[in-house]
Amino acid sequence: MSATDVTLLTAAAAVDAIERGELSAGELFEAYRAAAAGDELNAYLWVAQDAPAPVREGAPLAGVPLAVKDLFCTQGVPSQAGSRILEGYRPPYTASVVAELAAAGAPLLGKTNQDEFAMGSSNENSAFGPVLNPWDRTRVPGGSSGGSAAAVAAGSAPWALGTDTGGSIRQPAALCGIVGLKPTYGTVSRYGMIAFASSLDQAGPLTRDVTDAALLLRHMVARDERDSTSIGFPGEIALPASESLEGIRLGVPEELSDEGVGIERGILDAFNATLRLAEQLGATIETCHLPHAPHALSAYYVLAPAEASSNLARYDGVRYGARVEDGGLVGMYTRTRSEGFGREVKRRIMLGTYSLSSGYYDAYYGRAQRVRTKIADDFRAAFESFDFVVTPTSPSVAFELGAKTSDPLAMYLNDYCTVPMSLAGIPAISIPNGLSDGLPTGFQLCGPAFSENRVLEAAYALEQAIGFDELARRARA
Amino acid sequence: MTEFEPVIGLEIHVQLSTRTKMFCGCALSFGEPPNTLTCPVCLGLPGTLPRANAQAIHFGLMIGLALGSDLAPRSIFHRKNYFYPDLPKGYQISQYDEPLCRGGQLGEVRIHRVHLEEDAAKLVHAGSSGRIHGSDASVVDFNRGGTPLAEIVTEPDLRSAAQAREWLTLLRTTLRRLGVSDVNMEEGSLRCDANISIRPVGVTELGTKTELKNMNSFRFLERGINAEIARQEALLRCGGQVVQQTLHFDPQTERITSLRSKEEAHDYRYFPEPDLVPVATSEQMLEAARSAMPELPAAREERLQSLGVSAASARQLAWRTELGDYFEAALAADGAEPQPLANWICNELVARVGEDDPNASKVTPDALAKLVALVRQKAVTIGNAKLVLDRLVADGGDPAAIVEAEGLGVMAGGDDALDPIVEAALAANADAAEKIRGGNMKAIGAIIGHVMRETKGRADGAEVTRIVRQKLGL
Repeated sequence: MSATDVTLLTAAAAVDAIERGELSAGELFEAYRAAAAGDELNAYLWVAQDAPAPVREGAPLAGVPLAVKDLFCTQGVPSQAGSRILEGYRPPYTASVVAELAAAGAPLLGKTNQDEFAMGSSNENSAFGPVLNPWDRTRVPGGSSGGSAAAVAAGSAPWALGTDTGGSIRQPAALCGIVGLKPTYGTVSRYGMIAFASSLDQAGPLTRDVTDAALLLRHMVARDERDSTSIGFPGEIALPASESLEGIRLGVPEELSDEGVGIERGILDAFNATLRLAEQLGATIETCHLPHAPHALSAYYVLAPAEASSNLARYDGVRYGARVEDGGLVGMYTRTRSEGFGREVKRRIMLGTYSLSSGYYDAYYGRAQRVRTKIADDFRAAFESFDFVVTPTSPSVAFELGAKTSDPLAMYLNDYCTVPMSLAGIPAISIPNGLSDGLPTGFQLCGPAFSENRVLEAAYALEQAIGFDELARRARA
Repeated sequence: MTEFEPVIGLEIHVQLSTRTKMFCGCALSFGEPPNTLTCPVCLGLPGTLPRANAQAIHFGLMIGLALGSDLAPRSIFHRKNYFYPDLPKGYQISQYDEPLCRGGQLGEVRIHRVHLEEDAAKLVHAGSSGRIHGSDASVVDFNRGGTPLAEIVTEPDLRSAAQAREWLTLLRTTLRRLGVSDVNMEEGSLRCDANISIRPVGVTELGTKTELKNMNSFRFLERGINAEIARQEALLRCGGQVVQQTLHFDPQTERITSLRSKEEAHDYRYFPEPDLVPVATSEQMLEAARSAMPELPAAREERLQSLGVSAASARQLAWRTELGDYFEAALAADGAEPQPLANWICNELVARVGEDDPNASKVTPDALAKLVALVRQKAVTIGNAKLVLDRLVADGGDPAAIVEAEGLGVMAGGDDALDPIVEAALAANADAAEKIRGGNMKAIGAIIGHVMRETKGRADGAEVTRIVRQKLGL
């Protein structure tokens, strides 16, 4: 196979080819390394220069390399969370999930660009410049895991790790035409993930197809004693094989699938087309209700910034990262943080600091927590009648660079359909389900906590029926 | 003139002597070179997460049991947010509105709450002041950062500095007895802040309080509180008002300076620590804490009294755990007379070893018990027994052997040696002999004194008296 041919293989296919002896892991790594080094989308902040140590005999991922979002700590390798304040920071340890995957045979290919501290939906908040969408380089790839999504979509990485706090895996996956899965909160260790909002952050795969997502997730889920909030996964993640949705009940929440809430017509058309396909596969489709979902975004923009304001307090110039001297202690703090953080990060630190302040806590943080509980209850109620709740992933296709940078609220609305699942801590997958104006659209499917295997099975059946690769090929021709 | 009554509550921080730090696996520091006992977690490096130390929770539950607190079936950690270079995460993980223990009482003082938290790192300021203001540069030693702390908060039940000091002594003994901390004020494993207000006697509502920090010894605690009471009283007497503020006590100058006013108080923006799950106190954990409980000072005091030890000695032995342990070990070696044994420990031994642990001295409890037995058996006089104790403190050894080697044993009555010495004493003190003959037995002191000088204290006073009477035909 030529170097280009090998990078056309899905990760699972590459694993098979290596195991059958048709492909060498070294050859594959070098092909991707060259592709990543030649990336023109600004998707990478660091690319491996040397071949990794050979993976152990029988390692299940066989040496298929992995692109990793910048905010995962990787020992001796820059881990900057897309921020100037951590520019050049090389941690002395590696994040649990990255170490697990390396041990399973997925060596580090590169670190991918992202919105600073995962705050953003377009990747324009990276201190190291925006990532370009491989479908149209004048458009954003989504965020915050935009580098990971663009790398996988462009074929410079077989698969990638991202993190999702309010949609940061699913939305860029949708905008780049790939698969992105946010697992149940607690299934994947957060140890070594530079935190944005601790109670929401969760690592997940960005892949070319559902099978790859299942394969990567299989080696990510684990109880980690270094993360008290990690639970692991009961059982094993299976590779999906179902081509039917017979007997599956899909709930379509009125609150998250209506043009009235700002979802583009083309997105809804693709969504409805997928619903018809689901029916053909045997699913029943009914409207369901998540009455508190319209408040999810408001609650999210209280809770996430509150946690962030505290999580980001450690970047004070005292021990590591950027430090700007200014005579005294307070001056040093002020200048380091003023110059080290970008605008959006500072905005959220201010928001969070305010909502946690004495006298405001109950009105903001306390109330937002109650809304969060209500939203989780809404999903629980829905799952009594439905196997899955489905929505469009993003209200719009990839938008042009700069289109929303001056309007934070418009930017925040990108997460309208993804934030409720984050608040409820439940698994949700986005799969590409069509094109609108020649740009990919995403279909989101979520289930109860720890229903990853069922979510993957259903997503796989839909994926086969949608035939997105064929759609994309025809659109490009 | 109005009489004022002080109202004092204490906030005590106790470093727990766990095997590892509160939220990571680093060992606790005992003066190691700076920054050698650190890891990514206690340095607050990006991406790291805390995990709660089960032993610290166990110790916290033991403290709660000792103080008679309600132990929360579920408690949670909060983040206390503020910027300071000794706080690597920009927040301290502490407990806020759902602490591990609530309520309770120790002695006459009610307990408000007990919670767990992590200690800050240590700042060392270059320059003359030793404080961050006015220093040229500061360096941080993270060895101490993350050490488990139990914070014990009392109700404002104390009414004087002396009472505060005495109560803190009881608390220290209780904690030492639990084995949960070194509780050493000078070394910082026991730290105490005081909330102080005063009010006219008879008034029930509280006056405005101030918080006095940095009293790093029992002596300074008492002096600091007294100084603050005097300051507040002087203010009120000349028509002023006490302003709520945090104060710093300088042990060198004994001066009180303001750290920050109420307006400058930090807004700590407490919120539940999302990186930790709630502490669910299981029946198993409670059972483990209960079964680890030793006898506490109050109970020991009572038990020692029931053995026949005087109230004063029982308190001293019970409140200084190491004295009590020493006493009980000696009693196990020779339990014939608890009170004389207690006297020898509380008076003679303490006079010689001071604040040090007698168990670490060269006098084994066994040796002391033997010495007291020698006195009881009249094999050595009390005076000479003290000399033997001096020798034991200096070199250790066996008291009987020392008595033998030094010739300090009592000259027995049948001993021919004593008779001529008494004879000579009577001759040399004819006046006294005459008085004794006349019925004035007090005069025998001079005779005995003479004999003792001659015998270097080896004579038994009673035996000398018997011989004197015999010789004078009484």
